[in-house]
Amino acid sequence: MKKKQIITRRAAITTGVAALGALLIPGCNQPMPPNYGNILRMGDNFTYAAHRALFSSQSLAKEYSFSDISSMPATGTINPADTSKEYFSETYDKHLRSGFENWQLPIEGLVARPGNYSLDQLKKFNARTQITRHTCEEGWTAIAEWTGVPLRALLEHAGMMPKARWVNFYSYDGWLDCIDLIDAFHPQTILAYGMNGKNLSIPHGAPIRLRLERQIGFKSMKYLEKIVVTEEYVDPGDIGWAWYNGF
Amino acid sequence: MSSQPSSISENEKHQPWVKTSHWIITISFLLLVFTGIEILMVHPRLYWGEVGNELTPAFLELPISRNHNRSDWEAEVPFFDAENSPVSAGRNGEEEMFNENGWGRSLHFLSAWFLVVTGLVYVILGLFTGHFQKHIWPRLRELTPIQLFRDIREHIKMKIAPPTGGPQYGILQKIAYMSIIFISLPMAIITGFTMSPAITAAFPFLLEIFGGYQTARTIHFFTSIGLEIFLVMHIAMIILSGFKQQVRYMTIGKQP
Repeated sequence: MKKKQIITRRAAITTGVAALGALLIPGCNQPMPPNYGNILRMGDNFTYAAHRALFSSQSLAKEYSFSDISSMPATGTINPADTSKEYFSETYDKHLRSGFENWQLPIEGLVARPGNYSLDQLKKFNARTQITRHTCEEGWTAIAEWTGVPLRALLEHAGMMPKARWVNFYSYDGWLDCIDLIDAFHPQTILAYGMNGKNLSIPHGAPIRLRLERQIGFKSMKYLEKIVVTEEYVDPGDIGWAWYNGF
Repeated sequence: MSSQPSSISENEKHQPWVKTSHWIITISFLLLVFTGIEILMVHPRLYWGEVGNELTPAFLELPISRNHNRSDWEAEVPFFDAENSPVSAGRNGEEEMFNENGWGRSLHFLSAWFLVVTGLVYVILGLFTGHFQKHIWPRLRELTPIQLFRDIREHIKMKIAPPTGGPQYGILQKIAYMSIIFISLPMAIITGFTMSPAITAAFPFLLEIFGGYQTARTIHFFTSIGLEIFLVMHIAMIILSGFKQQVRYMTIGKQP
């Protein structure tokens, strides 16, 4: 009876592994963030490659209706102008005192026209408003309405160069993080200056925060200070958290 | 493979691919339980629907970590002028909070990869080799009330048959394994997928069938409780039927 088996164990496993590998090949064209020799980060990169290979780059996160808007905690940094905190930023404090009048967002790196964008300039772009769910790594969720300029519009305005692969974000409270071009050009990836119909409040990231709707909440960086487009991955070191957080 | 007399399968041992997948899934599952508890301890509150956070009421609060019922919050600020407006509030004292999710989440997902891939190979082989048909799927003639009652009675009397060294299972055993393979583990995986913003963007129906992220998270929790109850029962049955022999049969051991 054994000899009659058409599908042997070995054949099935080999075929399965080969098929999985083949599925992941398109994902591997994407440059990968470093894994620091850490098996956990290798798993995160594998998840990243699988998501990029298997899912449409244009699929939209669910959008909700106005009545779904919920209470929302502000966590992590809640005020970079708080002198009692380690993350205190003198520059942010100065901008906050002047009502972000002279605040500007620099876009640098691999762009044809590097420049500084004031709040007014950013608000002149066609805005996108979306009611989406914030999914925190801790396990809680909240729904809010976000208004801002699509990152794509800004990158096109600055003239992103063909060699560019990563969009890096720096924040006033000292974070550095980056996203790939698929996320950067996603229609729901916006630089939000409005929340629930008002200006973005300080605890939620004023004057501008990123909204990245297909990843976990902490990837939507608050208190944006600078955007840098690069070809190489700018390595902040292993911060102890996965770089890709679509899961 | 059709209607072989049952005497043939009575001498059958555990197949190597069954043993291998059993132990890979065992290790993955234990790591998933361990990191799952860690992740739950970071936010030990469960909800129904799409939304749930410390500013909204919980359906169930578990006093399993110091993050339970924290009160260190800034004053609540309403988003709108309306009376029942949702609110915002800043969270203080985060350095006091328990949070090991940096490695906990990554290890959870790495283990999940092993479980899902091994589980897929197992299910495909189970279907094609006839393993499910022969050993796991209950036969109609076994599903009579008399047979069921007899097996239940023997379990209550703790009369557990000694191990045969292979996949010759009683009717209750078959039902238990079948539920784990075809209901509980798939449910844990699918509710896990429903908590992924990238996966639900690609497959929005997941949020619809469960009625929201937090519902999926709550079902994920109760499914895991079910799987842990199974694990305890499974180990109890192995001890009752002869621990050493059973472990030997499921690893490298030969039949006597």
